[in-house]
Amino acid sequence: MDIFLQQILNGLVLGSIYALIALGYTMVYGVLGIINFAHGEVLMLGALIALTCIQVLQYFFPDLPVLITILVVLVVSISSCAVISFYIEKLAYRPLRFAPRLAPLISAIGMSILLQTIAMMIWGRTPLRFPQLLPNQAILIPYSTATITTKEIIIIVVSLVVMITLLVLVKKTKFGRAIRATSENPQVAGLMGVNTNRVISYTFMLGGGLAALAGFMIASNYGSAHFYMGFTPGLKAFTAAVLGGIGNIPGAMLGGLLLGLIESLGSGYISELTGGVFGSNYQDIFAFIVLIVVLIFRPSGLLGEKQGDRA
Amino acid sequence: MIQFSQDKKMAQWLFLALLLCITPWLCLFAGGNYWVRVLDFALLYIFLALGLNIVVGFAGLLDLGYIAFYAVGAYCAGLMASPHLLNSFAHLKELFPLGIHTSYWLILPIAALVAGIFGVLLGTPTLKLRGDYLAIVTLGFGEIIRIFLNNLDRPINLTNGPKGINGIDAVNMFGLYFGKKLNIGGFSIPSVILNYYLFLILVIGVVIICARLQHSRIGRAWVAIREDEIAAKAMGLNTRNLKLLAFAIGASFGGISFSLSESIVVLAMVVLGGMGHIPGVILGSLLLAVFPEFLRAVLVPLQTMLFGHVVVDAEIIRQFLYGCALILIIRYRPNGLWPQMRAS
Repeated sequence: MDIFLQQILNGLVLGSIYALIALGYTMVYGVLGIINFAHGEVLMLGALIALTCIQVLQYFFPDLPVLITILVVLVVSISSCAVISFYIEKLAYRPLRFAPRLAPLISAIGMSILLQTIAMMIWGRTPLRFPQLLPNQAILIPYSTATITTKEIIIIVVSLVVMITLLVLVKKTKFGRAIRATSENPQVAGLMGVNTNRVISYTFMLGGGLAALAGFMIASNYGSAHFYMGFTPGLKAFTAAVLGGIGNIPGAMLGGLLLGLIESLGSGYISELTGGVFGSNYQDIFAFIVLIVVLIFRPSGLLGEKQGDRA
Repeated sequence: MIQFSQDKKMAQWLFLALLLCITPWLCLFAGGNYWVRVLDFALLYIFLALGLNIVVGFAGLLDLGYIAFYAVGAYCAGLMASPHLLNSFAHLKELFPLGIHTSYWLILPIAALVAGIFGVLLGTPTLKLRGDYLAIVTLGFGEIIRIFLNNLDRPINLTNGPKGINGIDAVNMFGLYFGKKLNIGGFSIPSVILNYYLFLILVIGVVIICARLQHSRIGRAWVAIREDEIAAKAMGLNTRNLKLLAFAIGASFGGISFSLSESIVVLAMVVLGGMGHIPGVILGSLLLAVFPEFLRAVLVPLQTMLFGHVVVDAEIIRQFLYGCALILIIRYRPNGLWPQMRAS
């Protein structure tokens, strides 16, 4: 039972990070109808920019309180990733808005390779140590041997707060209404006076900011950052978005949390279930299995509506 | 007049054939074995790119795990023509006292078939959905195949983990051993050049198959699907089966011949040369296969000269340029460097 509880807690941490990334995929898919392949790379850049920012701050202001350091680092990394996302959209997607379907996909892959190599040129190929800024104290859960660290609690709470804020933003504000209108039908939204180009740009920036936050969390959670760290979380977050119903914002949150739990429980029990044949080094295949199963049985996802093809 | 133009065409073909036959010898005398090997790899890449061209260029399906099929085929060959299986399964040793040495005439179709089956398995759930899903599922598939190949050395040693399968028999076809140099009356042909001719024959075969496919009923149906799937469906084409077929044929080509970046290299070749256009794809693969060698030969001395040491690895610059090329080509020349003439 204690192992079960422990895996649930680990799954919640993983899941809330996946949910943050999945939101970026799902919102972009909503307004543009494409998968942003470069999203994982934005996450990676967010983590690496945060790392450099921490190093600079610690070098010039060694006495700065940790809380202020974190805030400054987050502001810098989130805003630079928002700008990067803005330019990704402008350079790789906007010129191809009316091109055949394959074109933006290929352009996105080119962008992803480009960002990875730029990161390789700046930060090198070896993983870098990410300083421990968040307090890392293990807390014992009452009546069990399962533990959770303060760092993990912070990750879960911050993700939840951000997600709720985002929901309010999308449901209650004028900008949120514009996003929903553009998702519904960009042409009609444009005719109704929505500046769809601006909405698309802002959506990319919002997604980039969330990815930067997730990148910071992943890097703090594992204590390292490197140029390839965006690939696997990107793939899993996409799975989460599909699981929840791509284009659906609450769906991405639900899908992310569910996927985190599935992965954590799966890798915790796979060794027992298969009699030791498969070990936890197969952790990464669960997301893929989930993706295939969802695509076979319910391609519109848990919360998504079934959509016909647009001609 | 007609006679004349036919003769001229004939002469052109003969010239091309002669050129293809002489090239490796020129490379050998100009730069040694190394450059002939580069040429061998270029041919291999042409082969892979032509396979991917069926999927991406003809049918318009973006396959990002293409190299995974290549790996599946390679491991198939490895298991059927190396001592590895016998070492892991002791009881098999009694069945094959001489070791497993399957003929390559058997290995090629089996590897193609196995890779094709994987293609169908993977394509079935995704092909009825939009192209984006296929792209991401194949991307994931590439990763999964890597995990399995790296970890299947226990509980039974099937793939030998990250160390890979060693001691695979050299190719032996037409009564020739392609692993050793061949002596004909005091005149010896090195093994790299023999391999060149083998690959050349395979590539020519694939070019013929692709060209025939393109103009067949199936090929035209693929183009119809690529251009407008809904319209193609309305015209009575079974779009799902046709897409599956493209995917399986592409995968089986991959199976005859590791990592995400390799898949992207092959994709870049197809996009650069011109999607759907066979000569364009060949041009793209040649350029991108020889280009890194060129980069290595030029950039490293150049950087040493300018800065006294190597600042940026040639490998990184190569990837950087691939990324730029994909974005720029798709934006400014969406049909590639050597686009296809389209009948309107």
